[in-house]
Amino acid sequence: MTVNEWIFVGLFLALAWLLPATPIILAKFLAPKRPNPIKQQVYECGVETTGNTWVQFRAQYYIYALVFLLFDVEIVFLFPWALAYNKLGLFALFEVVVFIVLLVVALLYTWRKRALEWSS
Amino acid sequence: MFEVPSLSDLNVGATLPVTLLALGACVLLVVDLFIPRERKSITAWLTAIGIGVSLVFSLLSLSGAVEFGSGELAFSDMYRADRLTDTINVAALITALLGVMVAYDYLERTRLQRGEYYILLMFSAAGAMLMGAANDLVIVFIALELLSIPLYILSGFRRPQEASEESAMKYFLLGAFASGFLIYGIALIYGATGTTNLPEVWDAVAGVVAEDSAAKFLVMIGAGLVLAGLGFKVAAVPFHMWTPDVYQGAPTPVVAYMSVAAKIGGFAALVRVFGMGLSTFVLESGAPAAWQDTIWLVAVLTMLLGNVVAIVQSDLKRLLAYSTIAHAGYILIAVAAAGTAGLEDTAAQAVVIYLIAYAFTNAGAFAVITAMEKDDASNTSLDALRGLASRCPWLAAAMAVFMLSLTGIPLTAGFVGKWFVFKVALQADLVAAAVVGVLTSAVSAYYYLRVVWMMYFEEGEGDAATPPALAWAIGVAAVGTLVLGALPYLLSDMAREITLAFGG
Repeated sequence: MTVNEWIFVGLFLALAWLLPATPIILAKFLAPKRPNPIKQQVYECGVETTGNTWVQFRAQYYIYALVFLLFDVEIVFLFPWALAYNKLGLFALFEVVVFIVLLVVALLYTWRKRALEWSS
Repeated sequence: MFEVPSLSDLNVGATLPVTLLALGACVLLVVDLFIPRERKSITAWLTAIGIGVSLVFSLLSLSGAVEFGSGELAFSDMYRADRLTDTINVAALITALLGVMVAYDYLERTRLQRGEYYILLMFSAAGAMLMGAANDLVIVFIALELLSIPLYILSGFRRPQEASEESAMKYFLLGAFASGFLIYGIALIYGATGTTNLPEVWDAVAGVVAEDSAAKFLVMIGAGLVLAGLGFKVAAVPFHMWTPDVYQGAPTPVVAYMSVAAKIGGFAALVRVFGMGLSTFVLESGAPAAWQDTIWLVAVLTMLLGNVVAIVQSDLKRLLAYSTIAHAGYILIAVAAAGTAGLEDTAAQAVVIYLIAYAFTNAGAFAVITAMEKDDASNTSLDALRGLASRCPWLAAAMAVFMLSLTGIPLTAGFVGKWFVFKVALQADLVAAAVVGVLTSAVSAYYYLRVVWMMYFEEGEGDAATPPALAWAIGVAAVGTLVLGALPYLLSDMAREITLAFGG
């Protein structure tokens, strides 16, 4: 990469900050502010909040987080592969199958170890 | 544009021993889920078979009877299947097999019998094998993690016992820190040379040195950081602090395995990175590589500290932990000798010979401690040895063989290892290091022979239990130690064709 190409990386970096920052700042100045108790509530997927929002979570959540991460990362790898599928050929198919089989092994393991059941 | 490789470019055949082992571990992970808890002996057997199959493939490849794959390089130049790879594979697999045999009864009687033990052991063995086959700094790092992470878990396998948890925590925190050093060192070497591929690093380093640029400085710091990261793994002074604590707290069969496996992997990677990748890093033409002085100094410190501190230990596991530090020092002399131009191959051979001799001896010694240890992890002090010879004559005889071999008495494998290491040190003009090595060996005789003395000539309650699998492990290790000692050409023939040279 020459220096010129790095300038684009810098530009994108600046743009990545600018794009989300602009509407937030604009809203701050332009939006009308008429707060009431219902609007001030903590957002919980639209369900009315009950009790204190500062509760402790069960440590068991970490397993869900791990399994979620597993499939989150899977998507990151599979999406570009799916887009370029017809150009990559047998090699990439083989690699992806190996990748998915490894994930299936992990999922099977968590399932059989009853890590996906809540009460234990 | 990025060119898509084809399946045959992967050259999977050349990587068969390690691929089979990793694949076997994955399959076993699933199979084990359907094996009921009271029948885990099936998992142990399947693990032993998996390791055995991989060992057969490694030996076939080593003997040259069968040509696996096409050429030495595999996975886009990431993996190198040469003579060094084969010998390291054999050493790692033998250690893993001994590890399974030592562990089985111990896990049974301490109610730790879980399939994960064997699977983690297989994964870490695959890591040690990959370190020996690394042709790229990135693989060195990934293989190190594959070796280490299962070992962290295995150290804590005796939870909720506090000592075991503490040992796992210490090992994990310090190990993660050391991995950081390694990856930072790799980044600096990449920054200076523009590549992580070892042969390309080898090429580029010569150019970097010739141009006398700032990059030289980067390579120097990078090499130092890599040495720190790998030095931690092999327990070289000043990165040895974790060793006694971790070895004392971890379950003894785990120590029997990891004290050897981590060294095999660590030294294989040291030989690959320094002997192969950075051997052209000389500051003035004709001089030995710039890192040679540092490494032999580290070796001298390691031998001195390990042997001197071992004298005052009263716990057998701690004593052997310091002894493993001392032995890391001896092997480091050979690594340092690889810095002299023309001696790379001989030095690598000495390292491999020492590692194989050490694998049998050290795994055997810890297996004997496993036999002595009670279910509550007590009875590992030196006093527990008193009178062992009268109650368990065979066990005491095996322990005596291991202690003599660790001292380096002729007719044992340890002597062969030391002989090759000191020989290459003299060839490389590292006289001071060799002298310190010989002197500290004499010092070490004091505490090794004290063990023998206590077993045979002192009265006491020394007792041990040797169930079949453990007895076999100790027997194999003792016979291996004696045979390799009595017939040294077995080792030297095996190692003779190890070469680090590549296209340059």
